[in-house]
Amino acid sequence: MTVTDATDSRPAVAGGPLRKAVVVGGNRIPFARANTAYADASNQDMLTAAIEGLVARCGLQGERLGQVAAGAVLKHPRNFNLTRESVLGSSLSHDTPAMDLQVACATGMEALGILADKIRLGQIDSGIGGGVDSISDSPISVSDGLRRVLLRLNAARTGKERLAALKDLRPGHLVPEPAGAGEPRTGLAMGEHQALTTHDWGVTRAEQDELALASHQNLAAAYDSGYMDDLVTPFRGLAKDNNLRGDSTLEKLGRLKPAFGRHLGEEATMTAANSTPLTDGASAVLVSSEQWAAERRLPVLAEFVDHEIAAVDFVDGDEGLLMAPVYAVPRLLGRHGLTLEDLDFIEIHEAFAGTVLSTMKAWEDEEFCRSRLGLDGAFGTVDRAKLNVHGSSLAAGHPFAATGGRITALLAKMLHEKGEGSLGLISVCAAGGQGVVALMRGR
Amino acid sequence: MNDPYGTFVDSAVGKRLAKALGLPMPVQLRRHTPGAPLLEGPALVLGGTPAAEAAARLLTGWGVEVQTSRAESVKYAAVVACFDGIDTPAAIGETVLDLGGTLRQLATNSRVVTVAEDPEAASVAEDPAARAARQGITGLTRSLAHEMRAGGTANGIQLGDGVGLDAPGAAGALRFLLSGRSAYVSGQFLPVTTTAGRLPEDPDRPLAGKVAVVTGAARGIGAAIIRTLARDGATVVGVDVPAAGESLTAVVNELGGTALPLDITAEDAGARILEHCRSRHGRMDIVVHNAGITRDKMLANMDAARWDSVLAVNTLSQLRMNEAFLAEDAKDVVGEGLRIVTLASTSGIAGNRGQTNYAASKSGVMGLAAATAPLLAARGGTINAVAPGFIETEMTAKIPLLTREVGRRINSLSQGGTPVDVAEAIAFLVSDAAGGTNGNTLRVCGQAMMGA
Repeated sequence: MTVTDATDSRPAVAGGPLRKAVVVGGNRIPFARANTAYADASNQDMLTAAIEGLVARCGLQGERLGQVAAGAVLKHPRNFNLTRESVLGSSLSHDTPAMDLQVACATGMEALGILADKIRLGQIDSGIGGGVDSISDSPISVSDGLRRVLLRLNAARTGKERLAALKDLRPGHLVPEPAGAGEPRTGLAMGEHQALTTHDWGVTRAEQDELALASHQNLAAAYDSGYMDDLVTPFRGLAKDNNLRGDSTLEKLGRLKPAFGRHLGEEATMTAANSTPLTDGASAVLVSSEQWAAERRLPVLAEFVDHEIAAVDFVDGDEGLLMAPVYAVPRLLGRHGLTLEDLDFIEIHEAFAGTVLSTMKAWEDEEFCRSRLGLDGAFGTVDRAKLNVHGSSLAAGHPFAATGGRITALLAKMLHEKGEGSLGLISVCAAGGQGVVALMRGR
Repeated sequence: MNDPYGTFVDSAVGKRLAKALGLPMPVQLRRHTPGAPLLEGPALVLGGTPAAEAAARLLTGWGVEVQTSRAESVKYAAVVACFDGIDTPAAIGETVLDLGGTLRQLATNSRVVTVAEDPEAASVAEDPAARAARQGITGLTRSLAHEMRAGGTANGIQLGDGVGLDAPGAAGALRFLLSGRSAYVSGQFLPVTTTAGRLPEDPDRPLAGKVAVVTGAARGIGAAIIRTLARDGATVVGVDVPAAGESLTAVVNELGGTALPLDITAEDAGARILEHCRSRHGRMDIVVHNAGITRDKMLANMDAARWDSVLAVNTLSQLRMNEAFLAEDAKDVVGEGLRIVTLASTSGIAGNRGQTNYAASKSGVMGLAAATAPLLAARGGTINAVAPGFIETEMTAKIPLLTREVGRRINSLSQGGTPVDVAEAIAFLVSDAAGGTNGNTLRVCGQAMMGA
């Protein structure tokens, strides 16, 4: 066998150069507050619908993609192959492989990051990344006590053994355990964790309400102007996110009672309006190599440049549960020689208005940035005119694993319109003290 | 048959009862199936004229057994009666009576096609006898269409000055009118005024290689149109309002096309359609303006919202989009032979109580088609209108039972048409085989009495 010098034509994993991973298109179904429009839809129904909308938009019928990567935070054990099953129910070639993955609220971001890396390495040419979550159709588990009784009953061979197993059954065992968003190690709900962080950073109620209002107004304007037409495909009679309240006012938001951090008394600031509601929904984003897109005459919207994952010790350390992106962003931008000022758009997932505001205050705090982030001084200030300009999760809602795909598709469109070389950042916090952030460049 | 009465008269008891009472007896119409023969029996070509010779040649080429004089005890699937070259009404009779003698020998779902020269042609503008002869054929054909039985239709081809039946557009029209594609077209005329056009290499894939845009493609007639164009070989782009995205996705994914969610009344709708075709497909060959709405109200109760929205969606949007499609800067996408079909309605011809707005919008697009035709002709394209009559859709299923029953019976085929019937007429008009027909309105109404 003769070995040629043509390494340039080889994938990076085989000695060739790295290539670019680009975002080609995205689609999601409108997000619905839990137990409303999608009360009867399963995760698989929703993920399939998100993929189908993307297939129709891009003309991918019968196409064999390199991989589809998605996941759900709340998932029935029977849906162990949720993504693969969704592919099999779609118009994509059934030879398209799929994987389920799960990094809590950052699931969609991590899915896209992995696919982008595989594309850069030359292992795959194309992929769909995204996620789905359903609160309405979430799994309910039986108690550990009942589970042990049932498992023993199943293993029992004699009547006597069966009786012995049943004897251990207690009435309390019969209470089902719904899946929750609470942290197993602290027993605190996510909102309670954020309430502590919000309070620590001295974020005011007014600041949070203003951010929530801007989110609703900006997303409503995006829908009204037709901006969402190629980002969203209706599902089950819903054409736009039903959490959206474009006509809300600061007065209305100001009347709400605190929902989290009530133990803070007068200083509790987090309400149902400046926190995201539990939501059902799904998203899907098509990423590929430049060549793959060009061969199919698909538009290249943005380059998925890089992504970074981080975690913080919110259990034994003294960092807030949702503060991991605060650490991840300086590392990500730092290795590309960039600062916040270099960015044209900054998308910080609004898990809570307090999360976004705490994140920005931390980056402006010299002492924090020196001691915790290891920087020479403050990381920088986020220009509010670049922040979540078409609204974010407070308005759209937040079906955990679907949020990354929602933001990536939106930012890719914004960067494409802004033009070649424009830069955008995505920051998504997640349960477990984790977070995934990503850098994108307009094309 | 797709309605309860139709099913009843198809039964043994129903047949006897309907015959005894003289009730309408609809039959299952013969519709186009790819791969099926053009006709299911022999064809008789009458007249002995140049057109008759051309018809015999064409039919033979299409695999049809052709006879030029009537034989006893033969069931004919079609009769082509040619009246070209006549210059006086006195010369029509012989061929007409020949045709009449054949009617009892017609098979189920038979076709009669009359071929004559166009009475509107400049050459006979001042020739009363010739024009009377040519125009006489229209009355003859329409009346015969009323007399046809058992799913049979009668239609006419009108040849322009210097156009023979062997011209591509005329041959294409002949094939369409003989085929199952014209199942619900009766008592109509296809004027072929130029020798432009081209017959397809594969008659089952006449739109191969073409990129077709269909508006309102998510449901009803629009979904049938986009399916039919895809079946005929076109790469399809489905356009519908963003709110219809879920159905549009399903239709487009079934056909392997692309979906473009878009409000056609938007100022930049034409530009966005062009950009989609430019970037995704590199070209745009066919546009079907199907999207339309109804907001029925008696004129006395009409408000501005109802009037304006119907005109905006059904007519004004098309004017604006066509302007974009025909602009100089669209020439890189829109080739020379752009073919447009716009959806009119028999309501726009006969008028309809409670539909002043809808009828205005639909007669409007017929005018639009007529006036845009010269612009397209100059660059080798065409624009035509299709006016559906009573079509069985979700929309007509909501009409009260009795009104609906009357609506679907008062035509020469005693039944409602299907969305596919409309789609077939459109698929023909956007094909190169219809290249000789421009600025015309073709009704797909089973020769409804309404709008006659």
